Order: sequence, then structure tokens, then C-alpha cells
Amino acid sequence: MTGGARLAWDAVRPGDRLPELAVDVSATTVVLGALASRDWRPMHHDKDFAQNRNGTRDIFLNTPNQAAWFERYVTDWTGPSGRLGRMKFRMKDSVFPGDRMVFRGRVEKVETDAAGCGWVEVALELAVGDRIATECSARVAVPTHEGDNPWRRKGERWKP
Amino acid sequence: MSQEERSMAELPAEVQGWIGQKRYEERGEFDVERGYVFTTCASVQNGNPLFWEEKVANELTDGWIAPPTMLSVWFRPHHWAPGRTETAQPLQVHFDLKRVLDLPEAVMTDNTIVFGEPVRPGDRLRTWQVLRSVSEPKRTKLGNGRFWVIDVEYQNQGGQWVGTETYTGFGYRREA
Repeated sequence: MTGGARLAWDAVRPGDRLPELAVDVSATTVVLGALASRDWRPMHHDKDFAQNRNGTRDIFLNTPNQAAWFERYVTDWTGPSGRLGRMKFRMKDSVFPGDRMVFRGRVEKVETDAAGCGWVEVALELAVGDRIATECSARVAVPTHEGDNPWRRKGERWKP
Repeated sequence: MSQEERSMAELPAEVQGWIGQKRYEERGEFDVERGYVFTTCASVQNGNPLFWEEKVANELTDGWIAPPTMLSVWFRPHHWAPGRTETAQPLQVHFDLKRVLDLPEAVMTDNTIVFGEPVRPGDRLRTWQVLRSVSEPKRTKLGNGRFWVIDVEYQNQGGQWVGTETYTGFGYRREA
């Protein structure tokens, strides 16, 4: 087996905490994220537009790039065998250059479905200081035993 | 008449007619490709070996795949293209709502993504949008407007479902 650590299904329990991830956000973080997601809207690269049209204090992280950050955070924990099934997030506040964003997560539920797929549900948050900028919940499939591979599930065997 | 019925009655007929309708079915402007995968991984410092180590990709996913959360990336139109006279917009239903409801500003508040078959380099995806609902008028700290819910469905060239995104947007007019 290659590719670094992989989460052991039988080691996961509700209430477990994911390791925190802290990232200092710069204008480059915001602009790179917007361009990587092909989001050309000016509030993600033009400070004057963001302030005068959106009423925000600066340019801010866009939605698809926040999804990419959450994906990275979850799969840092599960390893490459982890396969995202569902992700829901709510933006409550914006993330700006100069912010230090901190990702936190907690295991809410561990279960197998009728097809034998092992699911872990995690509650995640992106915080800046004492404010929660984004709340997220994710459902990720992880192998339940040696030889199990969620990525090979299709059709009736994949019910995210 | 219930509040919901009154709210619906106030909606322009054009918008009422969009609810539940499959609109803007289109094919992506370009094939899924690894260059954007690397740029996206770099933007969030994602070192998942599925996207960097061929041996891992072969072992787990029978070859390279794209990060699942990149679904919408493959449909965002070029900022410019020859012969295009107007700026093409992703999530056109959202912009249609802003225009018809005369709400010049908008933000996305909620986003749910459900992931299906993995997306692979070389795929050319198809998508369409469905307006699910429009709320009654609301006042928030941003201004006065309405919330709306839009589903975006994605399929690969083989007709396999690769994902569904559900967006909740709030279109508004800032208070003077």
C-alpha cells in the first residue's frame, strides 16, 4: 500500500476531534482560489469593487474554493482512501486577506449502510478568531476492512 | 390565501414558470484536465496523493481523477471567447432571478454537493439547472430581497451521474 496514512475505520468514534488546521490568508490566497475555480467575479480580486458594491472590507474567499479547503481538510484526515459523498456548508461571514482561518472538526456519526459502505459524518467549521465564518457538514466513506475501497463503489453500492 | 400562495402570486409569471423546469442544459466548454487539478490543489495546499502520485491513483481509482469539489469548475465559462458579445455567466438561473426580480446584489448562503461517479481527465461533462423555490420577500442585514434554491445536475459523457449541487442564494437591494 502506498500514499501515506489512511484512516482506520475501527479507530473512529463519535466525538473524536480532527486535528486543527490553521492558514494565514493573503490576497494571493483569495485570488489564487478564485482563479483556480474559474471564478472571475470582481469581488474576489478587486478590492475597490468588493468595498463599494458588496459593502465588504476587502476581497473575500469564494464558495467553490472554500469547498476545496474543506475537502483538503477532510482528506488530510482520512487519507486518499476517503471518498466524499456529501458536503453541505453555510457561509455566515466572509474570510478576508489578513485573517488567520482555523479549520476544526468533530465526528458526529459512524455507520455502515445496507450496501456495507462505511460512513463517517463530521461537523466542520472554518473560524477566524472567535467568529465562525463557515459551518460545514460532510459525509465521507472510508474502508471498513482491508481490501475495501469506497472509490470502487457504483450504482446501488454508492448511496451518498 | 396562505402566505406562501400570496408570495407566489407576487412573483412575476416568468419566474413562476421556471420553478421545476430543466434549463440551460449545456456541455462544458473544455475537457476535464489536470492543469486545473494542480492549480486547485495548490490553491488549498492539498497534498492528497490521489492527485499527485500515479501509483496511488491507479491503485485506488484506476487512474487519475479530479478532486470531487471541482465539479462546478468544469462549467465556468471563459472570461472571454471569440464572437461572444456578452459575458457568459455560470449559474445563469441565479443571474436571471437577479435581473427579473430587480435585485442588483446577491450572495450565496448555503451550498450542498452530493458526489457520484468520479470525474476524470478527458471527461466532457453535461449540466443543467433547475430552480426549486423562491422565498417571500425578506429583510436581512445586507438589505431587502428574496432567497432562492437552485439545483445544478452534472453527468459525464457516458450519461453517468457525477454530482448534484444545490445552491441557496439571496438576491437583495442595499438599503439607502
